[in-house]
Amino acid sequence: MTGGSDAPTLVVENLRTHFFTRAGVVKAVDDVSFTVTKGRILGLVGESGSGKSITGFSIIGLVDPPGRVVEGRILFQGRDLASLAENEARKLRGSRIAMIFQDPMMTLNPVLRIDTQMIEAVQAHEPVDRETARQRARDALGKVGIPSPDERLKAYPHQFSGGMRQRVAIATALLHRPELIICDEPTTALDVTIQGQILYEMQKLCRDSGTALIWITHDLSVIAGLADEVCVMYAGRIVEAGTVDEVLDRPLHPYTLGLIGSVPSRNVRGRPLAQIPGMTPSLLSLPPGCAFRTRCERADAACMEAPAITLPLANRPIRCVHPNLAASS
Amino acid sequence: MTAPDTALEPALAAKPQTPFQRFLADFFDSKIATAGLVVLAIILFVAIFAPWISPQNPYDLSKLDIMDGRLEPGTKSMDGKPFLLGTDDQGRDMLSAIFYGLRTSLAVGVTASFCAMILGMTMGLTAAYFGGLVETIIMRIVDIQLSFPSILIALILLAVLGQGVDKIIIALIAVQWAYYARTTRGTALVERRKEYIEAAQCLALGDRRVVFRHLFPNCLPPIIVVNTVLIANAIALEATLSFLGLGLPITEPSLGLLIANGFTYLLSGKYWISFFPGVALLFTIVSINLVGDQLRDVLNPRLQK
Amino acid sequence: MPVYFIRRMMQSVLVLFVMSLLVFVGVFAIGNPIDILISPEADQHEIERATRALGLDKPLWEQYGLFVVNALKGDLGRSFVFNIPAIDLILQRMPATMELAITATFMGVLLGIPLGMWAGLRPESFSGKLIMSGSILGFSLPTFWVGLMLIMIFAVFLGWLPSTGRGQTREFLGVHLSILTWDGLRHLAMPAFNLALFKLSLVIRLARAGTREAILQDYVKFARAKGVSSRRIIGVHVFKNIMIPIVTVLGLELGSTIAFAVVTETVFAWPGMGKLIIDSINLLDRPVIVAYLMVIVFMFIFINLVVDLLYSVLDPRVRISESKG
Repeated sequence: MTGGSDAPTLVVENLRTHFFTRAGVVKAVDDVSFTVTKGRILGLVGESGSGKSITGFSIIGLVDPPGRVVEGRILFQGRDLASLAENEARKLRGSRIAMIFQDPMMTLNPVLRIDTQMIEAVQAHEPVDRETARQRARDALGKVGIPSPDERLKAYPHQFSGGMRQRVAIATALLHRPELIICDEPTTALDVTIQGQILYEMQKLCRDSGTALIWITHDLSVIAGLADEVCVMYAGRIVEAGTVDEVLDRPLHPYTLGLIGSVPSRNVRGRPLAQIPGMTPSLLSLPPGCAFRTRCERADAACMEAPAITLPLANRPIRCVHPNLAASS
Repeated sequence: MTAPDTALEPALAAKPQTPFQRFLADFFDSKIATAGLVVLAIILFVAIFAPWISPQNPYDLSKLDIMDGRLEPGTKSMDGKPFLLGTDDQGRDMLSAIFYGLRTSLAVGVTASFCAMILGMTMGLTAAYFGGLVETIIMRIVDIQLSFPSILIALILLAVLGQGVDKIIIALIAVQWAYYARTTRGTALVERRKEYIEAAQCLALGDRRVVFRHLFPNCLPPIIVVNTVLIANAIALEATLSFLGLGLPITEPSLGLLIANGFTYLLSGKYWISFFPGVALLFTIVSINLVGDQLRDVLNPRLQK
Repeated sequence: MPVYFIRRMMQSVLVLFVMSLLVFVGVFAIGNPIDILISPEADQHEIERATRALGLDKPLWEQYGLFVVNALKGDLGRSFVFNIPAIDLILQRMPATMELAITATFMGVLLGIPLGMWAGLRPESFSGKLIMSGSILGFSLPTFWVGLMLIMIFAVFLGWLPSTGRGQTREFLGVHLSILTWDGLRHLAMPAFNLALFKLSLVIRLARAGTREAILQDYVKFARAKGVSSRRIIGVHVFKNIMIPIVTVLGLELGSTIAFAVVTETVFAWPGMGKLIIDSINLLDRPVIVAYLMVIVFMFIFINLVVDLLYSVLDPRVRISESKG
């Protein structure tokens, strides 16, 4: 799927993460495979409930009961994370693999000072004294553009704005120069201008340090400007994948087509906005066959069977029996 | 509960049930609550029919023989009948004393809670319906009272009023009315905003009619739940006060007084005079609480399936 | 904040005034202490002299006015029974009660937080359910009965612990304390546990609910994503968050612990204020009753104020919103 001469940082193969609830088994992630390479950014796009966040949590090993990874391999630099003991996994978390969450209001503990929360992150992986750890934290804050980091270290999270908090979270994630960072919609809760700054910084970081990035979002316009590759998820499965340029210029799956059409843009002002009819189906009661069938205008009898991955064009895997092969949209 | 609306609840249409049947089915869903209800039923039966099922009348002094004093459980009396739970210092059969004690404890607890409920609900409804200064005054009194522990308020009142059944009931009412007032007002404020109250007011019905015929019945479910818990609390508090010697007079011994009476002998190893009334008290309080907890779960509309 | 503080103070003073009026009128309007204090054989002359000596011949409002003026001077009247100032009598007994109440509170916290956190981390496990059932029992069992059962088991049948009194005390900063001697500790153990039982149940519930809520929060997940050990997450991240409601509630409960010490002190013959008030009620020793109630009410109001202040120290969010407002 990807170019580049380096060995891939992360290879996910046939990942299945299921939640065993009282109401039944929820297949939040159902046979997902992708690859992320050093210094490149993979966008994971989908509506809420499509399983994109759970995919991220599965990689870093933070799926809470009643959910668990039931199948598949998560090869991080050749080691399978899915079969790692908890203590080994903990050593990787925060040092080699980091994660940044959606809501910066919630990710920092409100009753602990920033320095406490950053120093513990340093000391979790390196046996350094408090003062050294503190220096590291201060440098990291400076690097993400927080003014007077010495003072800010003594503050509590509620004394920061949302954008500043997210920078603190990013600085914390960067402390150990991880090889892979999973970003779970980190800019969704922020103002557009702040979002722009953070996107720019993350992209720069990724290029400079060769960090691989997984960027989870529902916002195609973010992906368009940021990512190298993109995977479109629907109801726990990847329905389309490819490079960002190819997928956005020539979407093959009707769902991707609908997503792109739903983005409001200047060119179509005055006309009614396009939309995908209906709602994301409940993962507990997916319709048999293609999960998108009930909302798809191309659906017919052939869609009653779950579509396998096909390659209608080179390097363009999709899950659809009626791909949109018309010339560019 | 309101009549089932089959249009809104199609799932229930499958098994036709009256709301009451559904309530019962939900209630007996929990084994521990069912056990609590069975124990409570036995206790109520014993309390109500104490004079007919007790082996002896423990307060008929002519039946007591001081020679039977402080006998161990299971000892046979002069006339061959065994004292299953032993006897107290005056030769009184403990089993009979407990039956009568349950009767007193329950009667005091239920009466006090019921009176507190009527007073508290009236105050709570008044506050919620009229609002303004009336509400401020009532709720401020409630707040202040609830910031003091119940036992302190009961102590003050009993220090002032002295002893007696009527005095302790007054003290219990004074302790508990504030809980009812707060619960009722909270519920009533929610109900008041609903449209049926507006509709009733638009019909120009009198305040009293709107409050008592429309507002009141809809506030009942949470009150019923609070009521069960507060009856248990009233029984426990009465027992505590009687134990401290501030509660019921010696002529009408409740469980608390029986326990206090046996306290002296406990230290010399004659445990049964205190222990068995204590067990009866424990079963009463725990079974009421179990039933109350389950009622809360079943009547809580948010938890309803 | 100062405005809020002053308003709270004024409210407290008002409550104090209303309570003093209620207590005074209630206690002095009913019953006649002369009947109890003077032997039935005393003649009219003697009764009058005693009445005058005790100030009982004056009209009620004048007695109350005198009471308030004297109370402000720290004089709450003389005990009819002991013939020493009532306030001295109460202050003599106060250390015993405070020692009992504070030990009980610490016991509740030290046992309750670990148990509650354990139950919160494993809500479905057998041990978690057992802890919860225990706390339900702790809530519903009357304190005095639990006290009797403790005496029955540990003093009568096993003979391990003494059942009455404070035992040997040692003076520390002018106060006699049981906790400083081995004998005193043995005497303190059962009453303190008895009084702690209700707090313990309360703390278990608060800690369990707080833990269950905290472990679902994003900050816990983020801490795990940082690679922080679960021991540190529970011991620092979760613990600090659940401490806020626990300290608040326990602070507010300290007053009721002191009030409920009445029961425990009676059961274990612990010579504190609680036992004094029960004896005084039975003897109709009114100045002592009034003084006790006033001291308790004052303590309540004081504790509520302190807890409000402490709360703002513990929760940085409160601090900021109040300094803004």
